[in-house]
Amino acid sequence: MTESVVEVPPARVPDELTPHRRAWHGLRPYLPLLALAVAAVLPYSTVRLPGIFEGPLNSPGTLQLLAVCLVFGGLAAGYDLLFGRTGMLSFGHALYFAAGVYGTDILITRAGLPLWQAALLTVTGGTILAGLLGAVALRTAGIAFAMVTLAFAQVGAILVARDFGGLTGGEEGLPLDVSGLPAGLVGVANTVNLYWLALAYLALVVFVVHRVAGSPTGRVLAGLRDDERRIGVLGLDPYRFKLVAFTLAGGLAASGGAVYCLIVGGASPHITSSELTLSLLVMVVLGGPGTRWGPVLGGILYMYLDHRLTAFGTSDAVEALPAFLSRPLSQPLFVLGTVFILAVYFFPGGLASLRSRLAPLVKAGRAEPEGSRVGRRW
Amino acid sequence: MNTVVLLALTGLGLAALYFLVASGLSLVFGLADVLNFAHGLFLGVGAYATWWAAGNLPGAGAEGLGFVLAVAFGVAAGTLVAVLVELVLIRPLYSRTIEQVLVTVGLSLAGVALLQATWGADARPFPRPEWTRRVTGILGAQVPNGGLLLIGAAVLVLGGLLAFLHWTRYGLIIRAGVENREMVTALGIDVRKAFTLVFAIGGAAAALAGALGGVYLGTVSPGQGGSLLIFAFIVVVIGGMGSVVGSAYAAVAVGLLQQFVNYYGASGVGDLCVVALLAVVLLLRPQGIAGKVAHA
Repeated sequence: MTESVVEVPPARVPDELTPHRRAWHGLRPYLPLLALAVAAVLPYSTVRLPGIFEGPLNSPGTLQLLAVCLVFGGLAAGYDLLFGRTGMLSFGHALYFAAGVYGTDILITRAGLPLWQAALLTVTGGTILAGLLGAVALRTAGIAFAMVTLAFAQVGAILVARDFGGLTGGEEGLPLDVSGLPAGLVGVANTVNLYWLALAYLALVVFVVHRVAGSPTGRVLAGLRDDERRIGVLGLDPYRFKLVAFTLAGGLAASGGAVYCLIVGGASPHITSSELTLSLLVMVVLGGPGTRWGPVLGGILYMYLDHRLTAFGTSDAVEALPAFLSRPLSQPLFVLGTVFILAVYFFPGGLASLRSRLAPLVKAGRAEPEGSRVGRRW
Repeated sequence: MNTVVLLALTGLGLAALYFLVASGLSLVFGLADVLNFAHGLFLGVGAYATWWAAGNLPGAGAEGLGFVLAVAFGVAAGTLVAVLVELVLIRPLYSRTIEQVLVTVGLSLAGVALLQATWGADARPFPRPEWTRRVTGILGAQVPNGGLLLIGAAVLVLGGLLAFLHWTRYGLIIRAGVENREMVTALGIDVRKAFTLVFAIGGAAAALAGALGGVYLGTVSPGQGGSLLIFAFIVVVIGGMGSVVGSAYAAVAVGLLQQFVNYYGASGVGDLCVVALLAVVLLLRPQGIAGKVAHA
């Protein structure tokens, strides 16, 4: 050891204990609640954000877009339970989401059940489906697991597209029969209630994922992600824990499907496509896998861009560009796919890692006393 | 009897299409452990390049030698894209499997969107020689020539691949790399050259599948590769990753099963049977018909 390390005064007060920082840190645990409260009262605002949203914040169009974004934020957080926290690369998550959407839709529109029964049955059914298929798929691992889940999801897509028994409406999709729904969830004027429903769903998913990740089970899941063999050596059954995570994520996706069905007012076959799972993966990776807020942010941002880039692509600014630029830019998936590839290379931790990545820059900007630098060496 | 022969031959045509896509996927996965979602893009590039060449390239056309030239141009374009993808995007992420999958996923999304941006989302009529639209009578069944062309091409590709793998030095390196990559590297052989080579082979086969699939189906559309890719994945898993022969067997099994069940059962049931077959194979023999065990 060098002399300089010994010379360092040991009682240097860490930055985070200085008074102005303490207030901030005391507030930190309540930030999610604060964000939730802000999101909840957002529909009362009539602020216009030109360029970001087309209408004022409380217009039905904006609220519906926000609601879809929130649902996908929740979906991405649920998917992250598999990908980011357990290390399972599933390509079939769209199946459970689609089961939620089509299950709710079919039970309400074709069977005439009231909403709460349909939703309950759908979520239960979706969870059981995830449990059964997971039990088969988890006999494989890694890439083979990815392919098997992809194949199962493809079955869902085929079932929906071929319209067996005239249940799903095939290519046309199945509009939701709103006559039996509670009045508060029907009509353009009540979009705000759907927004709150979506917000509640997102809060539920974040809460559940947070609790699971903090529980002993969650620690086993993190262990499975890092080193599955070691978990086996410890006498725990990896298969069982993975199945729990898979089933839970499937159930969360199915409930998200039920909410989405109400927001969009029906089901269309494109939600069964493998592209949806791939976009979930993109959301999680863009946001930051295995973090609490990364996937949520990724999901919200992705859906927002997906909707807004379409408008951006047809805007005058893009139209004015030469054709070889304007045409690709008018395809949201081209932009998102490119951003995704760049993110894999240059931001492996996603949005959530931006803070710690920028920290050295911020620190370099701040002049620090020489002594504290040396003290940090070891 | 006529129906059975017809179904068997069209099923084999479908199998040929699956094999052309799956053989490259299987080699790439077996050697480099890359699950290549961008393979559908190579197929799309091959199909669109052939379509473009037939209309615009001097000397190329929809008939005779011109058509051969157009297909050759399509295959060359697919090969070029595959090699570029490997060199620029996959190689820097060597041995980081998940990131490689993610990059190919992003590439498949962006690439298909790019095709769509350039040539529109709608299916376009594919230029094809007049004789491929006709039928040939075989054992009393009227078989479309486009399907026979596919079968012939797949048999040639299978033969060529096997000859290459067994009788050339690079084939030997690829086979050894599939079996034990670390050992090949330890012997001082640059196995990454072989990666580029299998990407080129896979891209060429997929582009050929795109061009001949366009002839068979009569149209070309940006999403075509994606839907084929899922069945190609199934073929790869059933056949065993890294095994060309296994892919061929599995492709025939899947193609015939799909065609027969879709005809005698309801439409779409055949596709479900294929997935059921996959589940059965995975439960009984997780490494596939002829492959090594799939690792994480």
